[in-house]
Amino acid sequence: MFYLLVYAKAATKALPVMTRNTRATLMVLASVFVVSADVARADEPVPVSIAIKDHQFEPAEVHAPPGKPIAITIKNLDSIAAEFESDALHVEKVVPPGREAVVRVRPLEPGRYNFFDDFHRATQGFLVVP
Amino acid sequence: MLPSLVIVFREVFEAGLIIGIVMAVTSGVAGRSRWVAGGVIAGVLGACVVALFTSGISQLFHGSGQELFNACILGFAVLMLGWHNVWMARHGRELAAEMRAAGQAVVEGSKSLAALAAVVMIAVLREGSEVVLFLYGVAAAEGGASSGMLVGGVIGLALGAAVCLLTYLGLVTIPTRYLFAVTSTLIALLAAGMASQAIAFLEQADILTTLDQTVWDTSWILRDGSFLGRALHTLIGYVDQPTAMQLIVYMATLGIIALLMKVLAVPPAQQPRTA
Repeated sequence: MFYLLVYAKAATKALPVMTRNTRATLMVLASVFVVSADVARADEPVPVSIAIKDHQFEPAEVHAPPGKPIAITIKNLDSIAAEFESDALHVEKVVPPGREAVVRVRPLEPGRYNFFDDFHRATQGFLVVP
Repeated sequence: MLPSLVIVFREVFEAGLIIGIVMAVTSGVAGRSRWVAGGVIAGVLGACVVALFTSGISQLFHGSGQELFNACILGFAVLMLGWHNVWMARHGRELAAEMRAAGQAVVEGSKSLAALAAVVMIAVLREGSEVVLFLYGVAAAEGGASSGMLVGGVIGLALGAAVCLLTYLGLVTIPTRYLFAVTSTLIALLAAGMASQAIAFLEQADILTTLDQTVWDTSWILRDGSFLGRALHTLIGYVDQPTAMQLIVYMATLGIIALLMKVLAVPPAQQPRTA
């Protein structure tokens, strides 16, 4: 990561049109980005499993604790692709037939969060956070 | 018919907005329709390829292939949009002056057109791959595709094209003296929205999880899943519950594009005079 910054500084020196102030500003922006990426990762996610069978979620209602990240595993047991999507959970992922997919959901407040199959809107489910 | 119409329209209209903006941004540049059409065709072909390889792509990188692919192509689109703005800041005035001389305008304009055609291709590819997968699923389902579903899909596509046309017609009414500022702003916002969308995919794949706290919740004002919400999501990157990282990247993208435009623009006095 540190070497990235060194190369970046050298690269900006090569642009003669830049003033020292501009270069300094760019370096600060870059440093913030690099440092935040090095910061320790969030907690381990809580696993939740859902299957798609005959265009239904099984189970149609799942539970997860508040305040912890969640890893939802969706297994598509049907023969056509499904798109697991949720506006409330801010996820969308295509699950090919016969495959499984994992989506990470950020820590949630208590509530009832709707998810659905974007390719077959009648297929709906809820994630309940007590 | 209706489910098919709604699903196809929802995907196509986001690409339609972007194509409409690109067409408006390049109005007056010779040959731009060919470039944009090329981008659309390449995007459709790419969408078919991506749909074909969806299963394979999703298995890559421990199951994160889809998100990484989306994040990468969005990132590339951000670079193309940023490059277009910087290029226009450097060459915009001379291009406008030389537009009357057909030959030179084509050569100079085509560099920027290639970048925008790439953006069109990426937008069509992303939305199109989902449409292809959905339509394939409909066709492969028991009983096969009903004519109702196909008609619905075609109508959805036509409505998406209408959105594109309306966006274009709305934008080209802007008087020329404001056009550069308005289109540069639209392109910069498009880029910032795509950059923060790329971050959302990386967060979904558990690749980038720092600063993932939800900063605010405006879903009571406008849900980002509604039609208006999705339009604003495409145009300015509106998200009803942004994470801190998404906001930082959004602001940084706007900041970097603005900075580069300012630093690399050529002042009017130094621009070459036309004969």
